[in-house]
Amino acid sequence: MKVPVTVTVNGQVYQREVEPRMLLVHFLRDVLGLTGTHVGCDTSQCGACVVLMDGKAVKSCTVFAVQADGSQITTIEGLARDDQLHPLQEGFWEMHGLQCGFCTPGMILSAYDLLQRNPNPTDEEIRHALEGNYCRCTGYHNIVRAVRYAAEKLRVQA
Amino acid sequence: MATRYFGVAMKRREDPRFITGRGTYVDDLTLPGLVYAAMVRSPHAHARIQAIHKEKALKHPGVIAVFTGKDMVDSGVKSLPCGWLLPGMKLPPHYPMAVDKVRHVGEIVAVVIAEDRYTAEDAARLVEVEYEVLPAVADGAKALQPGAPAVHDEAPDNVCFRWSIGDKEKTEEAFRRAHKTVKLELVNQRLIPNAIEPRAAMAQYNPATDEYTLWVTSQNPHVHRLLMAAFVLGIPEHKLRVISPDVGGGFGSKIFLYPEETIVTWAARQVGRPVKWTARRMESFVSDAHGRDHITEAELAVDEKGKVLGMRVKTIANLGAYLSTFAPAIPTYLYGTLLSGQYEIPTIYCEVTGVFTHTTPVDAYRGAGRPEATYVVERLMDIAARELGEDPAEFRRKNFIPPDKFPYQTPVALQYDSGNYEGALNKALEIIHYKELRRQQEELRKQGRYIGIGLSCYIEACGIAPSQVVGSLGAQAGLWESALVRVHPTGKVTVYTGSHTHGQGHETAFAQIVADELGIPIEDVEIVHGDTGSVPFGMGTYGSRSAPVGGSAIVLSLQKIKEKARKIAAHLLEAAEEDVVFEDGKFYVKGVPDRFKTFQEVALQAYLAHNYPPGLEPGLEASSFYDPKNFTFPFGTHICVVEVDPETGKVKILRYVAVDDAGRIINPLIAEGQVHGGIAQGVGQALLEGAVYDENAQLLSASMLDYALPRADDLPSFEIDHTVTPCPHNPLGVKGIGETGTIAATAAVVNAVMDALAPFGIRHIDMPLTPEKIWRAIREARAA
Repeated sequence: MKVPVTVTVNGQVYQREVEPRMLLVHFLRDVLGLTGTHVGCDTSQCGACVVLMDGKAVKSCTVFAVQADGSQITTIEGLARDDQLHPLQEGFWEMHGLQCGFCTPGMILSAYDLLQRNPNPTDEEIRHALEGNYCRCTGYHNIVRAVRYAAEKLRVQA
Repeated sequence: MATRYFGVAMKRREDPRFITGRGTYVDDLTLPGLVYAAMVRSPHAHARIQAIHKEKALKHPGVIAVFTGKDMVDSGVKSLPCGWLLPGMKLPPHYPMAVDKVRHVGEIVAVVIAEDRYTAEDAARLVEVEYEVLPAVADGAKALQPGAPAVHDEAPDNVCFRWSIGDKEKTEEAFRRAHKTVKLELVNQRLIPNAIEPRAAMAQYNPATDEYTLWVTSQNPHVHRLLMAAFVLGIPEHKLRVISPDVGGGFGSKIFLYPEETIVTWAARQVGRPVKWTARRMESFVSDAHGRDHITEAELAVDEKGKVLGMRVKTIANLGAYLSTFAPAIPTYLYGTLLSGQYEIPTIYCEVTGVFTHTTPVDAYRGAGRPEATYVVERLMDIAARELGEDPAEFRRKNFIPPDKFPYQTPVALQYDSGNYEGALNKALEIIHYKELRRQQEELRKQGRYIGIGLSCYIEACGIAPSQVVGSLGAQAGLWESALVRVHPTGKVTVYTGSHTHGQGHETAFAQIVADELGIPIEDVEIVHGDTGSVPFGMGTYGSRSAPVGGSAIVLSLQKIKEKARKIAAHLLEAAEEDVVFEDGKFYVKGVPDRFKTFQEVALQAYLAHNYPPGLEPGLEASSFYDPKNFTFPFGTHICVVEVDPETGKVKILRYVAVDDAGRIINPLIAEGQVHGGIAQGVGQALLEGAVYDENAQLLSASMLDYALPRADDLPSFEIDHTVTPCPHNPLGVKGIGETGTIAATAAVVNAVMDALAPFGIRHIDMPLTPEKIWRAIREARAA
């Protein structure tokens, strides 16, 4: 039996009927075609599927689409505004914070959550905040620099 | 020509699509009428298949078909091939789905095709398989014991091959003469690669043209096509197009031909609809080829002056249940041949026994054989230095191959091309302030703090070649690389490379080479890879071959382009060809730089062919197949500093310094990134990672909950530097950088931890060096 779901994703309202067991990540990828959010594991360890739900980072593989009913979701596709990269996106590019790019969307959105809570994190705090996200390519060194870059830029802008 | 791009740390051109979520990985793709495959996998390590009941699954709404191994074999599907054959090697068949017996947990016994992935997974659980469970063995040494359960009837003793290299007699003699011998028994544990993107495959069959298209997570789409078409499915090669779009990391695990991609390609034709399969992470753990898994006894013979006289190594290499694509090459030609390390060792003898067990097949994982060799050599060098009372850096220095001895012939087949090992060591020691650090270590020990300093002076062999040599050693493929350079009428350039990028930044690094060579803006260069429909041929990316082999193929094609363009320019300039100079994108007559034709003007003329040299073909494109003269041999010194908490056994990495020499560097930003990632995987093996099988060959570490990968807060910031010793035998002078970090790091970290634990009299602990193992070792040492 399918149930109706209404979700606002990147500012656009979507109404769909889904199976109650459908995961939010599959809803985003397979139903809405927003494939920037990735699936890397089955156990909520890797963080490749992190999106913002009502402003907070969630692993979209541990949320059912029906639980997102009525909420505001931001995925990586919605982070740049008016063709302007978000400072985090810019930071990952400038500091070479990615290689294969698969973990990158989740990494950026986890970092977004951190910078909302702590606009001036130390390297240690950045590493701690990203411990729910695996990267197998970069060794994290440049990811930390990317987040620091974004934090500085956002502070200047603020 | 003035260099504008080579050597510049340019930001990557591929990044905008990844940071905005517009990358295209296989699972992102869909097709009209797409259906989904779910694999039914064996829960047992070893069992006879008595019966498979499809009925319940077939009745489930949304299910289109259920196929078994018998269905595939009956339709003519053959065994998955092995791409490297050793003399006397046993090669039992490996069908995409098990037919009579299963031989490891996770082996596929049936596939369910359904309308969507949820339904397919539901129905996979409804396929009933009757098994007669048989005894199983997971450990390589236990598999060799008399009475161990045999994995294959073809190899009742579980021995796949016995292989050796070096001079046995001469080595025995060196040990008889030795002043001191050092012996070490070690385990290089089995690893699971864990690219963050799971493997995936989507296949389509077009009955109108009898053509297949397969989108697959592959590091080498042409090799995938060749093996699948010719060897397994019997499809004519030109009727199968393999496309490998953006790939979310490989580290070796996406080189090989796997059952799943073969199954979906075959199934797409059976059901008449496109079929997709994407691995769940738990499937990745049991179905991606694993890495390493050696049990080794190694000995070093040393004379009175501390010079190494000889080395003796005996290794049991666990190959898993079947031979994966390149499996036999890894513990032999990519391991035994690297045992000389950076050292002048007069004689070496190495014996390897390749063993079948009831485990997931083992194949190349980042470094592939070379990390295993480096670990043996660098652990032995450290222990020898300690037992001789010498400083580990000075002991290594004394035994280095000196810079004036290159090319250097080792006693284990390789001829190192160039090197300056002391240069890299000195730089690393300087960066870390080695002497001061040793003094601090002494002081801190007095305060009950246990700091350790670990060195790893590694050698690597990249871009394995030439084809004639690898062929004589058992390779079933040539190891050259191809490049097609197509200049368009406007002077824009598309390069079709046979190598493949899955995070290495080829779209940027290769474009840097091309823009420089042709003197054109980098924006005018497009790099195309990963599609057998557009790239002429290719061997793909593994073994850090892309820059030295793939990059060199591009340079060869660019030379051909320039030669032809010069002929056209000479005609346009009404000059003799030999008088025409090409510089900064302009052709001019020697001494008259003001009268010139730009590269773009010449390109246009090549296609207009109006005012054109007689006898010259129109068009401007060139293709090359570059077969290297030799391997390249990157090297370097990594130093790791750790602190071990004796109360908890926890290791904290305080500093990590890497000085690598990969010859000339195309893009330092990308090269450093590769080193960072490599170190992370090496540290992962040293401290955290390891596949754990129980007595029944059940994989206990079969999810990211149970298998520890390094997280951001497990790792330090890295201090990276390099020296430059160009490769003398390829046109770019490059050596390869993708694996150096992994090859160096495990030994650096383990040596550091053992250095920290030296006051307790602890000599060796096998990886991963988990807090529990260290804590137990300290407790036992204190009790003794």
